[in-house]
Amino acid sequence: MQNVTRDARRETWLWFAQRASAAVLGICVVVHLITIIYATRGGLSGAEILARTRGNSAWLAFYSVFVLAVAVHAPIGLRAIATEWLGWTGASRDWSLAAFGVALIVMGFSATWAVFQ
Amino acid sequence: MLHVSVWRGTEQGHYVDYEVPRQTSQTVLDVVTYIQRKLDSTLAYRYACRVGMCGSCAMTVNGVARWTCRTHVAAVTGEGSSLQIAPLANLPVVRDLATDMREFFNKWARAKGQYEGSRTRRDDFAAVKPASKEAQALQAGIECIGCGVCYASCDVVKWRSDYLGPAALNRAWTLVNDVRDDARSERLRAVSGDAGCHSCHTHLSCTERCPKHISPTASIAGLKRATVAAVLKGAL
Repeated sequence: MQNVTRDARRETWLWFAQRASAAVLGICVVVHLITIIYATRGGLSGAEILARTRGNSAWLAFYSVFVLAVAVHAPIGLRAIATEWLGWTGASRDWSLAAFGVALIVMGFSATWAVFQ
Repeated sequence: MLHVSVWRGTEQGHYVDYEVPRQTSQTVLDVVTYIQRKLDSTLAYRYACRVGMCGSCAMTVNGVARWTCRTHVAAVTGEGSSLQIAPLANLPVVRDLATDMREFFNKWARAKGQYEGSRTRRDDFAAVKPASKEAQALQAGIECIGCGVCYASCDVVKWRSDYLGPAALNRAWTLVNDVRDDARSERLRAVSGDAGCHSCHTHLSCTERCPKHISPTASIAGLKRATVAAVLKGAL
């Protein structure tokens, strides 16, 4: 009974987290694409990008949200793929994907921070 | 003449070809029955009512799960004259065209597909307004006769055999909307496990193929919403 309750809560929270993060990503991706098109009208250079991103707190906040949404969304989706395509279930799958989520956060934040500072 | 390929054997087996006279308004079940009665009496298949009420005669016809009794040959072959008939997918084969439905129905039980009420004969009737949201949702899914067409058409069942499947989850959703039922929380927990409603990818094959025009996909979406509402309230 306890297992049933625990599993039910976990699966429901994961499903909710994936849908909620998808909603955030929907907005983030649109803003990101519009920014790319807008920012590259006059060509693209490293200096131009850094001029826009360095010290820009709004930019940092936006991409921090983007990174967190990716780190929540991608591992949950991969979890379903691991189960259905590889038959990989249980704790080893979940811990591996949690580690993948942490890796996404670390890589995402280090990239974001590198062009902010 | 119709050229009919019929699956013979169990999980291991092969298609055997038969020639069956073409008739007007002929159903696929007529074809199978003709083969069993006139050409090969060892052919195993299952049917009962012949009129789309019992849900016994579902098979894979030209790659698609259907009720054979309500499928005209002309609707499947068009201008052609070839039929391929196999047992339902995603279920163990007993022999030839008959599948073992035990796991399919065991999943109804695992999804807590049983009504659980507490009223006695001394209580008054439950007043359920037909126009209420719950009654409407219940009515939309209640006509399922358990034929297994949705289950055989479901990609998620194919990928992970422990998935409860569209029919069992649709049944659970009708009970979640039955205001007389007392096992709502327990049922929401039963359908939310590792292979429950959240595993559905909304491919809509069940809804596309359901001969009763039920939308198990909509029922499963309802369960997802209900489980999220319950977990946010701490009631799951």
